[in-house]
Parts: sequence; C-alpha cells; structure tokens
Amino acid sequence: MKINRIILSFISAIAILFSTSVVSFAKVVGDKIVLGAAISLTGKYSSNGVHTQNGYNLAVERINSMGGVKVGGKTYKFDIIYYDDESNPKRAAQLAERLISQDGVEFMLGPYSSGLTKAIAPVTEKYGVPMVEANGASRSLFTKGYKYLFAVLAPANLYLDVAIDLAVEKNNGKPVRIAQAFEQDAFSQDVRLGILDAAKRTGSEIIIDDKLPKELNDMAATLVKVKQMKPDVLVVSGHTKGALTAIRQIAEMKVDVPMLAMTHCDAAKLSKQHGKNSQYALCASQWHKSLTYKDKFFGTGMKYAADFEKKFKYDPPYQSAESSAALLVFKDAFERANSFDKKKVRDALAATNMQTFYGNIKFAEGGQNVDKPMVLFQVMCDDSGKCENKVVAPTKWASAKLIHPIPSWSNR
Amino acid sequence: MDFMVFQYPMITVQACLDGILLGVLFALIAYGMALQWGVMNIINIAQGDLVILGGYIAYFMYLYGIHPAWGVIVSPFIMYFVGVGIYKLVINKVVDRDLFISILATFGISILFMQLMNFAFGADVVLANSGYGTTFLFDSNVVLPNSKIFSAVVSIAFAICLVIYMKKSKLGRAIRATAQNARAAKILGVDTEKVYAATFGINAALCGVAGALISITFTIHPYMGLPYTIRSFMIVIVAGLGNLPGVAMSGMGLGVFEEFADYILGTEFRIGSVFLLLVLILVYRRFKLSRKREYLK
Repeated sequence: MKINRIILSFISAIAILFSTSVVSFAKVVGDKIVLGAAISLTGKYSSNGVHTQNGYNLAVERINSMGGVKVGGKTYKFDIIYYDDESNPKRAAQLAERLISQDGVEFMLGPYSSGLTKAIAPVTEKYGVPMVEANGASRSLFTKGYKYLFAVLAPANLYLDVAIDLAVEKNNGKPVRIAQAFEQDAFSQDVRLGILDAAKRTGSEIIIDDKLPKELNDMAATLVKVKQMKPDVLVVSGHTKGALTAIRQIAEMKVDVPMLAMTHCDAAKLSKQHGKNSQYALCASQWHKSLTYKDKFFGTGMKYAADFEKKFKYDPPYQSAESSAALLVFKDAFERANSFDKKKVRDALAATNMQTFYGNIKFAEGGQNVDKPMVLFQVMCDDSGKCENKVVAPTKWASAKLIHPIPSWSNR
Repeated sequence: MDFMVFQYPMITVQACLDGILLGVLFALIAYGMALQWGVMNIINIAQGDLVILGGYIAYFMYLYGIHPAWGVIVSPFIMYFVGVGIYKLVINKVVDRDLFISILATFGISILFMQLMNFAFGADVVLANSGYGTTFLFDSNVVLPNSKIFSAVVSIAFAICLVIYMKKSKLGRAIRATAQNARAAKILGVDTEKVYAATFGINAALCGVAGALISITFTIHPYMGLPYTIRSFMIVIVAGLGNLPGVAMSGMGLGVFEEFADYILGTEFRIGSVFLLLVLILVYRRFKLSRKREYLK
C-alpha cells in the first residue's frame, strides 16, 4: 500500500515535471518563427478583429511563399498563434502573459484597438518582447516611454487635423469656426486633442465641443446646435456608430454645413449603408488603395486590394492593410538583426526605415510611425447612386478635387 | 452646463417634440415589461436584448430589399414565438420562485442573447433606411424626421390595439385575471401556464415592434440592449403596474427629460442622467413608503 503511494507520487512528480518543461521552449521552432497575437474574434470589436487577422494571415502567406525570412543564412517561415481576447482588455493582458510565459512566444503582433493595445503593452514591455502593432493609434501609447512597442500607423491626433488645415485653406487662409463631437474613449479624445492643436495653430475657434456617450445612437442635440450656430466645419469621431448616426441624422434633419469630417467611414461601410446621404463626407484614413507606395511583396495598394479581395471576398479596409504591413516590418527587422535575440530585433525595429505598399515606415522614439501622413478621402457619388471614396488630401495623392462647400440639402 | 436650450425658444420646442416622440417608443417597451411584470412578477433584464433582436429582424428584411417598415408586422410575429420559446425553456422554471432568481435567470438570458446576436450578426453597428424624409415646422426652425413620427404613430397604434385586446378578448381577460390572483384564476379554470407563455410572448412581440422602429430611427448593435431595459424599468416603477396611461405619460416624460439632459449636461450624460433619475425616484419612493408605513403603525 505504502509502496503504491510512493510510486504514484513519483509518477505524478515526473508528469508535472514533463508538463512544465514541454511548454517552455523558445519560439523559433525548426524553420518557424512563431509570433503571438491576441485578437478580438468575438465581442464588440470582432469585425475589426477579423480584418486585423485577415491582414496578418495574408502577409504571412505572402512572405512564406516568397522565400520567407532569411536569418543567419537559413530560411524561416512565419507562424502565428492566435487567441481570442473577447474584446476585453483584461483578457487581452492575460493572454499576452500566457503567450509569453507559457507558449514561449518572443515576438508579438498587436491586437485591435487602442484600448487593448494599452492593456497588452505593459506585459510585453515587462518581458522585453518586441511588439509591432497596427491598430492602436492613441497618443498615450507613445508617451509612456515604451521601448518594445512599435506602431506602423500614424497616431490618433493626426487623424483629422488635416481637415482643419483644409478648411482654413478654403477659407482663404482665414480662421474657421469649428463644431466638434467626440466619443468618450481614448482614441476619439486623442483625435480631439489633434483638432484643438490645429485650431490653436490656425487661430480657429471651437464653438461647439460635445462629448458623445459609448451607447451613442442619437446626436440630434448636437446637430440642432450646429443648425443654430452654423459652423464652417463639423468634426465627428465616435467609431462606426458615430459615423453612421451622424450621417443618418444630418440627412434626416437636413443640417447644412460646409465641411463634414469624420473617422471610421470605411469601417462603417458608410456609402453602402447610407448611399447618397453619405456624399461629401470627408474621412480620415490611414491608407487608401489608390496611394502610390510600393513594395516587392504586395506590389501596389491596388494590387494588394485585388489580392485581398480574391482571398477574403471583400475590399480591404485600412485595418487589414496596416496589419499586413506589420508583418513586413517584422521580416525586415529580423533580416537586419540577423538574429533572434529579442534585444537585437528590438534595435533593428527601432532603426526601421522602409517603404511598404501601405506607406513609409520609420519609428520615432515613442514607437509611432512618423513617416506616413494620414489621407483624407471624400465620399463621391454618381447620378446612379454608386458611391466611391476618393482621396482629396494631401494634394500629392489626390485622385479627385475636394468638393467644397458641401451643397445645401435644398440643392441636392 | 449649457443653457442654450432655453435661450432659443425653437430649440426648446424641438427638444420637447423629440423627447415626446422618443418617449412614446420607450413607453411601448415599458408597457410590455409592465404587463409581464404584473402577471408573472418577473423583472425581465433581457427586455432590451429582445428589442435589439426585433431590430435585427427588420434589418434583415431591409437587406433583402423589403422595406423595413414591414418589420413592424413581421418582427412581432417572429418575436412572439421567440418569447414563448424562452418561457418554455427558462422562465417557467423560475416563475413562482423569488424575484432574485428570476432576475438572475433573465440576466443570463440577456448575456446569452448579446453573445448569440454578436455571433450571428457580427459586431457592426447597423441600421435600416426608411427613406421617409423630413417634416419642417415653424418656418423650418423645428425639424422632425418622419421616421420618428412614424415610430411614434406605430407605437401608439400598437398600444391601443393591445388595450382593446386585453379588454375584449378571452385571453386578455384570462391574463388580467391571472395578474389579479393567479390561484383564484386557476381554480376558476384558467390555464395559467398558457397565460404566462402568452404574456411573455406578447411582451416579446412588443419588443419586436419597438426594435423594428429603432432600426428605422436609430442604430442597432448587439450590445445596445441594456439602456432600453433600464429605461423601461424606470418608466414602470414610476407609473406602476397595469397603468397604461401612466406608462405613456412617464415614457414621454422620460423622453423629454433625456432630451433636456442632453442639451444642458451634454450628450455624454444622457444615459447617465437616466440612471441618476432612477436612483432619485427609488429613494423618493422609499421615503414615501416609509412615511406610509409609519402612518399605519
């Protein structure tokens, strides 16, 4: 009886030993570089989470089929371990911890949204794991002194300040009167800070400054004020629900404003959901397929869009494009570092200076990409009601001329 | 704080009209809740989620090229059976237990519905366009989207139909009898089980109507149900059970209150102000009740 017990405890001790040693191997296995990512596959960010995952997958497939990553004379292929973070920051942080300490992942890709990236960044930082993220634009990510965080996208405060410059330019260089409504979340509030800076720079005046709730589905009050005070520009940022609600109610209440600038238009499929009512809206975008950047993996933006559409059966939103770009950045950094040492890869990432189909990428001290300006597109519809997004600013990439001021509802 | 709403009389009028139109819609949802609360003594936390599900039905009709206004007919029809289904699966097991159990059960249903809707329809914010245009009043100083007017008219029509049905029909009488005294009704031959199922079904159907109207006037999203639950809860506790004019009045009152809170405190406090009002009313009611109790002593 006693011997039985001793044997049993011996076996279980060995079993425990095995189970712990099996999981803790470094994550370059054979010819595979294993990256980790917590992505929102369920929960409120799930649609953008899927865009992100599709972007990652397309790039992994493309890089692997075009020769993979060459480090130390050997060729490696990318592989990604995904976990579903359920759109929940706490869960995302746990999963990052699990990816690093249990699965042994040494290189991370970012989740979707600023909030979740904020939750994960302290974890990757603690373990010194380089993370290239493509979907966290909040300015606060880049002011914390993180050393291992790199973002391929422009920070949120640059989303719409171009629009204010544009409005001032159209007003013959004279300051404009701005009405703005922003959701109460990290991202939208950063967009707001950008507008405040732009207003200060141009001497413009902010006459309406509304905050929108998370459960936003009615912004009639703001629009009534806009009707009354007649600003030159109306700026709205509240993710997809903000964009959809604004367009619906502007059309229903026939609010005339010379310029309407928003975020998240393509994520909201604005022109599909609202058709002609969305016409003339100006939208901030990280990327547009008509931009003329190039790389050897995807070619041009147009080609990327075509390949993406072929595989996933929809037009790529910028969330997918920037996610694909993150993989290109990783590949480039591994090859320059010529090593899998986390510190060396981190230093190589910091020294990144490259062009991808998505745009130029060069990281500032804080980790944000400073070499890629935002673009503004305008929704333009033809007589048959078919709408298209056309880039109108900056002028270098403009494929159409800005229509300004927006024709009044009575003349449409 | 911004008192612009009082500086321009036209904005005051606008806020009142917007609030009333909105309030009528809230009252419809609240009436369903009051009915089901009164008959079965169950506070349905999943009320808002039933509303959103009804909205998705109208949205899908819209996607397939049918005018979303037909959702007002189709959605309650489907939702009635959804409601009866929920009753048979879950509610009948908690109907005579204490309130806490039923709150937990409906809370569970609410979470389940949110996740299922997210799974089935995706997390995108969607809406159905009615293309109804706009009504201008007072020299076009006051603007009312026709979709809001439509939703108020439909809500009122459904409420009236329901009142008549409750008064005249056999089932309506049985429901009212069960609400008054379930045991006595049972003794007198009312199949209370059937009445409960029908009541829950009618409640879900009303939610379906409201949801279809919301998809036409606002936006829907799998996680947007809770504010509608809170609003209807609040309307019901103000108006009391089985008091339709009360529900209508407190619904409109809440709508107007929300609009003014929106203008004065800012849109970000819109839902917050509803919660605050709820707390105030509960405290006031307790205060009033405790005075009554003293009187009884």
